[in-house]
Amino acid sequence: MSDFPERANVVVIGAGIVGNCLVGHLARLGWTDLVLIDKGPLPNPGGSTGHASNFIFPVDHNKEMALLGEQSADQFRDMDLSVDSGGIEVARTEERMRELDRRMTSAKAWGIEAHLLTPAGVKELVPFINEDVILGGFYCPTVSVVDSLETGTTMRKEAIEKVGCQVFASTEVLDILTEDGPNPGDRTVTGVVTDKGTIEAEYVVIACGVWSNRIANMAGATIPLVPTVHQMADVGPMDILAETNNEIGYPIVRDMDTFCYERQSAGSMEVGSYGHRPILHHPDEIPSNEEAALSPTEMPFTPDDFDEQMETAIELMDMLGDAEIKYAINGLLSLTPDGMPCLGETVEVRNLWSAAAVWVKEGPGMAQVVAEWMTYGYPRVIDVHGADIARFYPSECTEDHIWSRAEESFNKVYGIVHPQEQWEGRRNLEVGPYFSRQEELGAMFFQARSWERPQWFGSNADLVDRYGLEERAVEWDNRWWSPITIGEHLNLRENCGVVDLSSFQIYELEGPGAVEYADYLAVNKVDVPVGRSIYTPWLNDDGGFHSDLTMMRMAEDRVRIVTGVFDGGRDSFWVRRRLPTDGSVSFRDITRDLTTLGLWGPNAPDVLSQMTDHDLGQDGSPYGSIIDVDLNCGGTTVPVSLFRISYVGDTGWEIYTDWENGPALWDSLMLAGADLGIRPTGGGVYGSSGRLEKGYRLMGAELESEYNPLEVGLARPKVKAADFIGKEAYLAARGRGEPEIAVCTLTVEDHADGQGRLRYMQGGNEPILTPDGDRIVDSHGRISRVTSAGPGPSVDRFLLMTHLPTELATPGTDLQVMYMNELYPVKVASTGAVFDPDDSRLKG
Amino acid sequence: MRILVCVKRVPAPGAKINIAADGQAVDTAHLGFTTSPHEECAVEEAVRITEAHGGEVTVLTLGPVEAEEQLRYAASVGAHKLVLVPIEETDWDPQRTAAALTATISGIEADDGAFDLLLFGNESADAGGFQVGVRVAYALGRPVVNGIKGIDIADGSVTARREIDGGFEVYEVPTPAVLGVKEGINLPRYPTMKGRLASKKAEVATAGQLADVGGQERVRLHRPVEQISETIILGEGPEAAAAVVDVLEELGVLA
Repeated sequence: MSDFPERANVVVIGAGIVGNCLVGHLARLGWTDLVLIDKGPLPNPGGSTGHASNFIFPVDHNKEMALLGEQSADQFRDMDLSVDSGGIEVARTEERMRELDRRMTSAKAWGIEAHLLTPAGVKELVPFINEDVILGGFYCPTVSVVDSLETGTTMRKEAIEKVGCQVFASTEVLDILTEDGPNPGDRTVTGVVTDKGTIEAEYVVIACGVWSNRIANMAGATIPLVPTVHQMADVGPMDILAETNNEIGYPIVRDMDTFCYERQSAGSMEVGSYGHRPILHHPDEIPSNEEAALSPTEMPFTPDDFDEQMETAIELMDMLGDAEIKYAINGLLSLTPDGMPCLGETVEVRNLWSAAAVWVKEGPGMAQVVAEWMTYGYPRVIDVHGADIARFYPSECTEDHIWSRAEESFNKVYGIVHPQEQWEGRRNLEVGPYFSRQEELGAMFFQARSWERPQWFGSNADLVDRYGLEERAVEWDNRWWSPITIGEHLNLRENCGVVDLSSFQIYELEGPGAVEYADYLAVNKVDVPVGRSIYTPWLNDDGGFHSDLTMMRMAEDRVRIVTGVFDGGRDSFWVRRRLPTDGSVSFRDITRDLTTLGLWGPNAPDVLSQMTDHDLGQDGSPYGSIIDVDLNCGGTTVPVSLFRISYVGDTGWEIYTDWENGPALWDSLMLAGADLGIRPTGGGVYGSSGRLEKGYRLMGAELESEYNPLEVGLARPKVKAADFIGKEAYLAARGRGEPEIAVCTLTVEDHADGQGRLRYMQGGNEPILTPDGDRIVDSHGRISRVTSAGPGPSVDRFLLMTHLPTELATPGTDLQVMYMNELYPVKVASTGAVFDPDDSRLKG
Repeated sequence: MRILVCVKRVPAPGAKINIAADGQAVDTAHLGFTTSPHEECAVEEAVRITEAHGGEVTVLTLGPVEAEEQLRYAASVGAHKLVLVPIEETDWDPQRTAAALTATISGIEADDGAFDLLLFGNESADAGGFQVGVRVAYALGRPVVNGIKGIDIADGSVTARREIDGGFEVYEVPTPAVLGVKEGINLPRYPTMKGRLASKKAEVATAGQLADVGGQERVRLHRPVEQISETIILGEGPEAAAAVVDVLEELGVLA
């Protein structure tokens, strides 16, 4: 074909809702020389968009999904390709009714109108429902039904008209071309080979839905998703529906406890299910457009899997039983190992981007995210760390892992998922060197991405009696929690505890340019004397948080980076992607070479002094310093680095040693501390109660790209002279004066619910409200919500963290928090630490 | 009326049909299966006749055990009895199939009495042999008409209409009779949800039948060369009108 381009700036592969919206958004942001290709015909190339049920329930507990869903719904509305049908989630069980209370809470947080309905109230809106089988409903009037194919066409046309985007349907990608460089081990995308010809390209974006991983694999990259069946049957016609003379005249009903939905489509009802067995397919099993009886992603219906759903659907709406099944499919959609989309530049290949695992309901918003990311270096519309494709570790990208997690998560699409819920399968992928010892101590492991971390230890159950602790009154609050964790906290404050920090992700930059490059990444000055460390934010170009972490000057030309396991993938990619190309800096991941134990508590120095003669006081081991010492571990000399720091508010060290020395170090610390009250101590203290009492901010919770260091209380008095990422924006923010908001710690003043039971918030975006019950939103639309929640055993209060406008950020201010649709009084306690605010215990 | 309908489980492919490496069958990996369309219409016609005149519909298939799916589908749209002749292969040659069906039908009739009407599809959607119904009729000594697009029931006979150019041939056939039905005789209903659920509980009788291999041997399947048709986009919106008129004039549609 003579007009097939040989070159383009950007090639977007996939003309579904995402690819079309992406070229539209790129055009709006000024990108030119765009090419959009798809192997299928237009306007419906045969991907998941073509058979989507096209409805948006805007309430989600997850902030990214809720706000981008809402943002997407607004984009559909702006194009006049959306109808607000309303929607009702009905409950058949008491447990689900409580989940609907939780939905009400999230609706309040995001400012979405919602109402709890009685069965009779549901019947008023949906006259053909059997109200006898339900206990109530959650009604959201702004649930909308959209025209995703027409939206795609509209956005594609916008790109064509604005910047002359070239569109090629029926054009199959055969290969993605890459070249080595710019640094050793790097690869960069150079083009796309199709059956119509080869296009050289600066950027290639994979927006191929269920086929995305196959296309990524062509370039040696991975987009961890698996095509998964969602069964849907269209039944009808039914007079009561046909009489509406409308595509959608009645609210959509989600029958949450049977994992089904009923959505009117003109005179018929679409009955969709997430309740059947998980049915996964390899992309190679998806037929081509020519081979498919319907479309490639409308796979042959397997009726045996759907029978149970039919029975429950008829229970809810008797009229469905006599309606004819006119069309039924095993529709394919994308599932990822953690249920979140895959957005951003692939970690394996530069300029090869992923815009995948995105459903229609969040399609336009996610497309905008990717377009902004390509334009500004990070999205502006919202922080999307949860959807960043760089979040995955290699062990999460294997087929075994992707399939296992998709199988486990499929039935949770409509499930009641606790904020702390742990996976059953694919555990113990990465464990510390103490794992067998911790198992013997009855550790309850929580998995952080692929790493197992003890959350508390069953062997510490005696602390519950010692400190007179109790379980919580309500099972939901108790789930994935134990009062042992409070016992471990109090023991650490009274004696000391050992915390396994093996999941720390540790990298080193080395070479003549290492310090200069490290300084370029960090807000605070890395160029400190050898043996000193800094805590520092890393910002994006807009001055918002990319990360916060520790950097250590290990040698003149060597800087160590220590970051949390939830952020390791993103931070590692951030560093490698920006590495100088002149060879002056090398990057090493030494996570598996080193293990770290935290030793904290008033007795920590006494424990450690039994193992070394080194001066462990503030002279010999000052706060923030790293000193190398040899520890006597049962007669064996174990070289360690002692990093005087604390994330829990008591004196002590992070002790780094070679991985293989870990067990000896653990045993020796336990022995040395036996008479000093030492206890293995879990993440419930390290990540929650200890941290919260000190008001330490956590990346992904209090820290997100939407906030700058001033707004979270992490700005230093001065800004360093050296250049760093985000400096210009950061200086501009400082120039604007006092920040609009501050991070605050709140205390819950009364835990009693309407039934007199004491309730405990989970840190799941519960809204912070004024005494009048109004939402608190700043001028940028940022919402005051609980970002972290947990006990403060040493201050005898339950603690919440949130962002508040500065006029409310005064200690003593009375506010409210909503939890499970009830209000509880809270009081602003501090913008810093509520425990030992002077840090006197840290430096003791 | 006692009506028996013979159906066949066939793959439901898209526009492009892949052939297995040995050339002996359609490659059915990732394909769904359905009832051959003429036979789906035959089941519908049988159900309609019994709805109007009373009686019962028995559906019989010879095929792999998975063909139970097609029998249950027939039950979900109103068939009363289901009989499966299970075989190891996907299908048999027409002679062998006809022999096995003849024996099975004779067995059923010996137990339950004769069928008034045996309905076949005019030809199967996959093999397209056009033979089985005729062979069964011959073996049972019953009259047979193929290409049927209309059936009327009277006492002791049926009136069958067969489509020809410009009209119909009308046959009055004494019962018991055999008819080969063509798609278009009716618009088959879809199963209701309740029908589908009830069909799950329907009993499927099995009949084991030995039959000799027939004389027709499949050498290999081959796919004809694809007919590529050219599509010319005449334009978009009102600007395309003139070009459309030109084409219509060229075709002689417009004077």
